[in-house]
Amino acid sequence: MRETFVATTTALLEEDPRTAVVLADISADAFAPAQRRHPDRVLNVGIREQLMLGVAGGLALTGLRPYVHSYAPFVVDRAYEQIKLDLGHQDAGAVLVSIGASYDASTAGYTHHSPGDVALLDTLEDWTVHVPGHPNEVPALLRAAARTDDRIYVRLSSQQNSRAYAAAGELRVVRQGWAGAPVVLAIGPMLDPVLAATADLDVTVAYTLTPRPLDGRRLRELVNREIVVVEPYLAGTSSRLVAAALSDVPHRSLHLGVGRAEQRRYGTPADHARWHGLDPAGLRASISGFLQAARR
Amino acid sequence: MTTTAVDPALLTRLTGDEKHAPSAYSTLDVLWVLYDRVLRVSPGTVDEPDRDRFLLSKGHGPAAYYAVLAAKGFFPLDWLDDFGGPDSRLGYHPDRLLIPGVEIGTGSLGHGLGIGVGTALGLRAQGLDARTFVLLGDAELDEGANHEAIAYAVAARLDKLTAIVVDNRSATHGWPGGIASRFPGWTASTVDGRDHPAIEQALREQDRDRPHVVVATVATKG
Repeated sequence: MRETFVATTTALLEEDPRTAVVLADISADAFAPAQRRHPDRVLNVGIREQLMLGVAGGLALTGLRPYVHSYAPFVVDRAYEQIKLDLGHQDAGAVLVSIGASYDASTAGYTHHSPGDVALLDTLEDWTVHVPGHPNEVPALLRAAARTDDRIYVRLSSQQNSRAYAAAGELRVVRQGWAGAPVVLAIGPMLDPVLAATADLDVTVAYTLTPRPLDGRRLRELVNREIVVVEPYLAGTSSRLVAAALSDVPHRSLHLGVGRAEQRRYGTPADHARWHGLDPAGLRASISGFLQAARR
Repeated sequence: MTTTAVDPALLTRLTGDEKHAPSAYSTLDVLWVLYDRVLRVSPGTVDEPDRDRFLLSKGHGPAAYYAVLAAKGFFPLDWLDDFGGPDSRLGYHPDRLLIPGVEIGTGSLGHGLGIGVGTALGLRAQGLDARTFVLLGDAELDEGANHEAIAYAVAARLDKLTAIVVDNRSATHGWPGGIASRFPGWTASTVDGRDHPAIEQALREQDRDRPHVVVATVATKG
């Protein structure tokens, strides 16, 4: 996905004089050719993430459209107050594009993990969040972002589905269960593990790569009684929005995602998925237990 | 030394912020010289892309800022009467969405210079011949984010960026060696923060490829 981001943004630099890229050393090599062509609009501020967001705010206030890029813990967690004040409080827009989602940087340890990035942005007003599940879902949303001045977060991951499933903003049914079947909503790269986990369960599997704004209207159309949300970031991040969408629908809900407990272990992203119960076996156990409890 | 054309009554109308009043007074002369003699911006050009930008990073104690903006016609004088009131546009920290002529909303310290660097970069990228001025307090320099901006402004050769540090000796641990020395690679001027001709001359200074800092010393603490 990172390569797709670099290629698309490099093309936007050629096509749209409003486009600017702000880096803090991460991916600087990948943008070097673009920087040689557009030295005033490809800006590497060095390892200065607070400044990276401040610069983005200033660029936006002059009319440019900044794409800001680093690892998720550095672009969101570390620079949270700059996101809040240098962008939001100024009513300035930017496109934040992260890599290293949740535990993608598994061998790097917790300093390089950011399971809470979407939850942090949820404390702020008017953020659109895209969590693509496949590289082919990335170019269109980046190009759409260039045509607005909105505040947009694009959460890229090294985990991906076998194919692209939807366009940005869609909440799409991928596998239809019987009428009134429980709904499992998978976000971004959680779809393939969810499909594997529920292969022989009678559930409706839905997918979105745009959890913010969550399409509550569509969710309300789908849910009859039981809803399971599987997110690739902090478990329960979307529970508030699901509850709001279903506020007058009697329902049971289960929210799966990355746990709060720090693992203090390395290994692979697949290892971390297993430890957090987000591999197909773990998901199946959680979802089956939740559905069986309803029938007892 | 000279006095501002700001009616002292304008400042006294901005009541209710005793904690920050000395801070406000410390910036009055610099602000007046900026808006009266240096900045290329007026109430009629606040949306022009090539206007000069002034960013009050030290957002607390904005009474002098409001008084100067009112005196220069950016908003009606009677707005000052309701300073901090529930329906007022003028809070104890300025909000750019509420006040004509205010470029950024500030209050939490250490944000203005980073945004100012981005502003100068954005203006340059678009070929706009405008200057960017950012006013900070000496205590505000304690915030580490400033030093990210100070270093990068040199690397980016932001010759149209000017930082103004109003030094009223309020930094808890001081700045041994002087404030100007904390801006390595910048050109620097140190002036009496009440001396209008000296302030004006310092603000007009520009290097060919380096940013400039003006340290304006004043006696009042706040």
